[in-house]
Amino acid sequence: MNRHLLSSSDLTRDDVRMLLATAAEMHEVQRRDVKKLPTLRGRTVINLFFEDSTRTRSSFEIAGKWMSADTINITGKGSSASKGESLRDTVRTIDAMAVDALVIRHMASGAAHQVSQWVDASVVNAGDGTHEHPTQALLDAYTMEQRIGSLDGARVAIVGDLTHSRVFRSNAITLRTLGAQVTLVAPPTLMPSGIGEWARADGLELTDDIDSVLASGPDAVMMLRVQRERMSGGFFPTAREYTIGFGLTRDRLWALTEANPNAVICHPGPMNRGLEISADAADAAQSLVLDQVSAGVAIRMAVLYHLLAGEGAAA
Amino acid sequence: MARADTSVPPGHPLDPAGRTVLTAGDVARALRRIAHEILERNKGADDLVLLGIPSRGVELASRLAGLIREVEGADVPSGSLDATMHRDDLRSQPTRALMHTEIPTGGIDDKVVVLVDDVLYSGRTIRAALDALSDLGRPRAVRLAVLVDRGHRELPIRADHVGKNLPTAQSEKVQVRLSGFDGGSDVVRIAGGEDR
Repeated sequence: MNRHLLSSSDLTRDDVRMLLATAAEMHEVQRRDVKKLPTLRGRTVINLFFEDSTRTRSSFEIAGKWMSADTINITGKGSSASKGESLRDTVRTIDAMAVDALVIRHMASGAAHQVSQWVDASVVNAGDGTHEHPTQALLDAYTMEQRIGSLDGARVAIVGDLTHSRVFRSNAITLRTLGAQVTLVAPPTLMPSGIGEWARADGLELTDDIDSVLASGPDAVMMLRVQRERMSGGFFPTAREYTIGFGLTRDRLWALTEANPNAVICHPGPMNRGLEISADAADAAQSLVLDQVSAGVAIRMAVLYHLLAGEGAAA
Repeated sequence: MARADTSVPPGHPLDPAGRTVLTAGDVARALRRIAHEILERNKGADDLVLLGIPSRGVELASRLAGLIREVEGADVPSGSLDATMHRDDLRSQPTRALMHTEIPTGGIDDKVVVLVDDVLYSGRTIRAALDALSDLGRPRAVRLAVLVDRGHRELPIRADHVGKNLPTAQSEKVQVRLSGFDGGSDVVRIAGGEDR
């Protein structure tokens, strides 16, 4: 593995397999009474979050703490960034305190990559704009494999707001790395520009017909959150119309279950219940939503372990 | 002087793959004796839990459990304990992959845990394993069984049950091969080091 984790495309198949295997062991640790490992004692991990986050930030924090790293959270609000300090100055200030890892979430695509050029610490991309979110892709892959077995050859449909989704991009890359067949489903207005070229190069299928995809009985369906906070124009007429066209409604849940009784449903959260996913689907037995959260800590422990524990890790 | 002679039989002192110090028969006898010693020391099989240190310790622990069943007719749980996350040398080498930890149902609280490993050397793995154990519970006692004790301890740690004490030079390598793990037949070899 590289010194940083900036993009899912940084990870080879062997890297992903190793991280998932490590996460499985870390998941065991979570079930113990004493959830503390001495592995990263004396290391400092800074969570630098310029965007709101519940699960990613808290799971990175817990992951670091359970491995005995000193974990500190800095949010955009309340930091010097709100006094007008540039991103470069903020991260170089933090780096000057000799931290070992910088976990960064930022609203600008490419922010993590840019920051990695400025600092000595290992940089982990915890979401950069509409670009990537590699640890989310790892935990999604982990969760799906726990339930449906190896993703090699499995059929996964990713449905929804692709244009604004960093989760989809990282997931598509990691799923392809693991050998899954990926179908992307979105209304044409929410298909990112230039995706046709990527889809051809990487063997992704594109469609705007969710019902035929569900009827084909995929092994997993990943619903994406409609990111209204990133939308400035009319990507779809009304919420109701989006739900009718692309939501995982109760009827579609039945259609999916009929086509493949073992199919699972994922959602990276936070969910817009009643918009992209119905309550029936979110709370169904096939739903992995809470498993995804529980896997989040294990995956982030695995990532921090492989970035920070060994020789040559940023010191 | 070692000759470049391809006619050296396997296991011979001049075999570059190393000289054989324990044959399959030696390993089987050593394990049988250790199984008896564990039972004798514990006055039976009650409360025993065998935990192998990956990778080959796990295979040895499950063989010892089988031997104890033969001798005593009792089922002794055996599992595995990976202590990688507790090692003190993580920073001095590339990141290690984790091995599987499997604690038998029933846990280790108030049990007599016998740690099982193939080779006892610096003692650092066992130190890490003792720390890992304390995160999992509080055994009544912890004992250590090893197939080979090759000396050169760096910590005040000793084994309770030893298959074979093997004086070695630090430049030498002790290689354990077990049929259930590596295929082939059981063998312990010493390779490398200066000519003796």
